[in-house]
Amino acid sequence: MKSGSRLERVLRSGRFAVTAELTPPRTTDPEAIYDHARVVVASCDAVNTIDSSGASANVSSLAMAALLTRQGHDVVMQLTCRDRNRIAIQSDILGAAALGVRNLLCLTGDGVQAGDQPETKPVFDLESMTLLSTARNMRDKGCLLSGRAIDAPPRLFLGAASNPFAPPHDVRPLRLAKKVEAGADFIQTQYCFDVDRLQSFMSAARDRGLHEKAFILIGVGPLRSARTAEWMRENVPGVVISDDIVSRMKGAPRGRQKAEGTRICVEIIEQVREIPGVSGIHLMAYRQEELIPEILNAVGLLPREPDGESSTRPLETSGSTQR
Amino acid sequence: MLEVAYATSYALLRPFRRILKPGTKMESLFVFGEKITKRPLFDCQMCGDCVLHSTGMTCPMTCPKNLRNGPCGGVRPNGHCEVVPDMPCVWVKAWERSSKMPSYGSGILSIIPPPDQRLVGSSAWVNEFSRISGTPPDGWE
Repeated sequence: MKSGSRLERVLRSGRFAVTAELTPPRTTDPEAIYDHARVVVASCDAVNTIDSSGASANVSSLAMAALLTRQGHDVVMQLTCRDRNRIAIQSDILGAAALGVRNLLCLTGDGVQAGDQPETKPVFDLESMTLLSTARNMRDKGCLLSGRAIDAPPRLFLGAASNPFAPPHDVRPLRLAKKVEAGADFIQTQYCFDVDRLQSFMSAARDRGLHEKAFILIGVGPLRSARTAEWMRENVPGVVISDDIVSRMKGAPRGRQKAEGTRICVEIIEQVREIPGVSGIHLMAYRQEELIPEILNAVGLLPREPDGESSTRPLETSGSTQR
Repeated sequence: MLEVAYATSYALLRPFRRILKPGTKMESLFVFGEKITKRPLFDCQMCGDCVLHSTGMTCPMTCPKNLRNGPCGGVRPNGHCEVVPDMPCVWVKAWERSSKMPSYGSGILSIIPPPDQRLVGSSAWVNEFSRISGTPPDGWE
């Protein structure tokens, strides 16, 4: 065990894992954060906390991770290179580990242009690949990039992202191999709306034995409406939605589009589960988190098996927000 | 073709490595030389830590996210950049070109350490020969 996180234990025991993304709220009220998180944490093995989602300011990934970890939930903390240099990144990794975070998703991050403050200075001192290597060295060699020793090295299960659906398609498995070499223990992919494309990606990954070196979780999520589908593929970097899916959404009457989006999501999960080398799914239900239990019930992935030991010991801190 | 030019330049400059030192007049000359050759050829950003031969002779620092290890997940279906929609993704080009490079083409598969930001604006050739660049931080692998 590299981290002992719930996610790592579920995956290593061969169970099909479910992670889900939690849209960060724009609030400072911890109760509102807990209310918002409730439906998501109850339905999955680990919850992803997003780092300034869509390149906009939100409750920080580290703070969200700390709040949820206090409650005993397993968190995948997302960390991007857009807003911090290598010093800040290493400090945040140490701080997160000290707070009990055991899973870290190493990302480059969307460009600042994707957000509501495109005039921001982008950092990108590191990138996903060098961030992964840095975190792996901190864990395995117990030192910072400078070589300076860490007293108690972080115990982390390291994740990376992959987008099998973006060009250049033949490069995607090679880039995945590079991420595995850089230290990725698990992979979470971008939204899958094209199972055929995923099949060929997974087949290339299997040829290289990558599914045996890292656990691959496929990103899925329900579309809210035909309009959302069109908006997402135009505006969200890396989301590829085929015309077939859009026309299927358009084919449903206005009041039934949300249900159609959920049905498509369920169908995709059923197909994805059958692909050899797939270890789990990563649900992204942006502002429709309430649909997560319905979707997981439909595919027989609920309830999640209770996990004997708590992945993280709740912190012994005083404060009204602690539970 | 560019690969041959790189290999030739390396071979021609290597004997002079003793006089290619940072902070010298020779370096200023090289900075000027690199600006007038690499900028028009590669849109060189003068990072001073050149990895062109490992990235299909395509400057990765022209990527708006400065990615040195491959394309991000945001490449648009038409192969363009997520950040600058009119610009073809640097990495789509880099991968195509590297597949046509017999000697250095496989360099694109190895992990390139983070660049030394102190070298921005200095001569990559001088840094290469005085071994200032290409040396990863102590805590790296």
